Amino acid sequence: MTATEESPHLTDEGAQEMAPRIVAGGTEVLREVGSVLRMSEAEAGEDAPDDAETTIINMGPQHPSTHGVLRLMLELDGETVLRTKPVIGYLHTGMEKTGESLTYLQGGTNVTRMDYASPIFNELAFCLSAEQLLGLELPPRATWIRMLMSELNRLTSHFLFLATNGMDLGSTSMMIYGWREREEGLRILEMITGLRMNHNFIRVGGTAADLPDGWQQRLTEYLDSIPERLEEYEVLMTNQPIWRERLQGVGSITTEEALALGATGPILRSTGYAWDLRRDMPYLAYDQVDFDVIVGTYGDCFDRYAIRLNEVRESVKILRQVIEMMPAGDYRTQDKKVTPPPRARIDESMEALIHHFKIFTEGFKVPEGDAYAAVESPRGELGVYLVSDGSAKPYRMHVRGPSFVNLQVLPHLMHGGLIADAVAIISSVDPIMGEVDR
Amino acid sequence: MSETTAATDEPVAPDAAPEPELLHGAPVVRVRGQRVVHASRDELVGLVRTLRDEGWLQCLDVIGVDQLANPHRDLPEGIAPERFELVVLLISHSARERLRICVQVPESDPVVPTLFEVHPGTEAMEREAFDLFGIRFDGHPDLTRILMPEDWEGHPLRKDYGIGRIPVQFKDAPDA
Repeated sequence: MTATEESPHLTDEGAQEMAPRIVAGGTEVLREVGSVLRMSEAEAGEDAPDDAETTIINMGPQHPSTHGVLRLMLELDGETVLRTKPVIGYLHTGMEKTGESLTYLQGGTNVTRMDYASPIFNELAFCLSAEQLLGLELPPRATWIRMLMSELNRLTSHFLFLATNGMDLGSTSMMIYGWREREEGLRILEMITGLRMNHNFIRVGGTAADLPDGWQQRLTEYLDSIPERLEEYEVLMTNQPIWRERLQGVGSITTEEALALGATGPILRSTGYAWDLRRDMPYLAYDQVDFDVIVGTYGDCFDRYAIRLNEVRESVKILRQVIEMMPAGDYRTQDKKVTPPPRARIDESMEALIHHFKIFTEGFKVPEGDAYAAVESPRGELGVYLVSDGSAKPYRMHVRGPSFVNLQVLPHLMHGGLIADAVAIISSVDPIMGEVDR
Repeated sequence: MSETTAATDEPVAPDAAPEPELLHGAPVVRVRGQRVVHASRDELVGLVRTLRDEGWLQCLDVIGVDQLANPHRDLPEGIAPERFELVVLLISHSARERLRICVQVPESDPVVPTLFEVHPGTEAMEREAFDLFGIRFDGHPDLTRILMPEDWEGHPLRKDYGIGRIPVQFKDAPDA
């Protein structure tokens, strides 16, 4: 639309053609970094010029390896991908708008459905943001339970990645193995929250419940089983020449490009840039546990795979420390404003009954203002921006979904690669479409 | 401590009136430990560019807010409230700090210069703000709908866009 007429790479399609990096000037490269297919979809499909020798093909939204309903428009020169445009919105259900008509207590059930592979992080970011507005202090046990849940969820999310990454690249046994480990993790989540997914376990002011009896033993057994299985993965995939061939050097990105495009999480870390909110801007009690931030070197698909695999090891390390250091005490704040009275009090006190009823029907009022809180989700920085007008419902709730932003890196990763690698690249970005479209 | 100061008869609250903090000429407010800069539309791109060169390397998000039904807002002096507010989230990795830039956007002329030239990653975020709020970005390379269908009418996250009363819009549905 704004492409200048004097652009040196003017084609029949306009100035949107991507030029080789050597030819293109600085600003041109910058444009290509944020590459968009600057033409309408109708134009792209029908009026592609004959002499251009490029093909525009459509991938998805119903494609098994697009991880949901992602649609990609690909411009190909032979087998080489020139431009890519992700087309999203197929899963858009207006969750941010819905969030405006739900109380802060109900809000958790809404946000937890966004990134459905790591629901705990959504709830956590939402609650941290609301707690910032309320100025709540949490009891230590609540903080540590939240940390335990986060890391457990990171495990299941990364195992999901390992499973689907294997599946996308044709290693179906890896899919089964990844799923096996993920199921184990989900069973523990189920034991604690009652649900395998969409837990709504983290609430404003703490958590929904205390940890059940015997959680240490169950979790320890799970953690004990993981290192051995990761060794199996190393044999099955990391050390295997075919696997390395498929991933090494595919979909590379540099630190500058990742930063310019707003990429966070494993994509940014794969370029060698050590940025992890858990270590660098600690929330919860991450400053009290010992773990390493895993970084890559080349910013390719293999680095992103290896980072996630090793982050599983780090999460196991954190979880072991959490089991040891879990403090006793309340699992939610005793602030009467947000926490309903205990069940036993309701039977003996009329006021407690009214209070309980009010909290669950009207909700609690949150002071005016705005707040942004972010956590390191398995995919990157997941932030929730809340604007409150002093009522019991958020005036505006915005979720900064890491997948939404990371997906915009796709055109850049794909550029110059082979169409056969497209699936590997999509997989390595690990987008969760529920979070992209919200 | 704060209670003792409140108990004395001093007429002015001591912590409420410090020297107005400025960041490259734009007033800064501290909200719960985070810095919020209020910039005008014309200043925005220059400010973000200067900040980028100072180490605010990443633009994390561009968020639209419709303040139609939220008249009570704390804005620093000299900033007139408008219907729309655009919030730009920046992060400095070296300083380990976040920064929010708030821009007031009037309803009559909801146009903001694009940040695409400074942070190419804002491309999708600005499209989202355009799609859901109707804030237009001057100079954006591809300002089209991103989440809603291309032929959707209206901008759903606006406060005057009713919920639950809108007939479902189908593409290419026969008229009768």
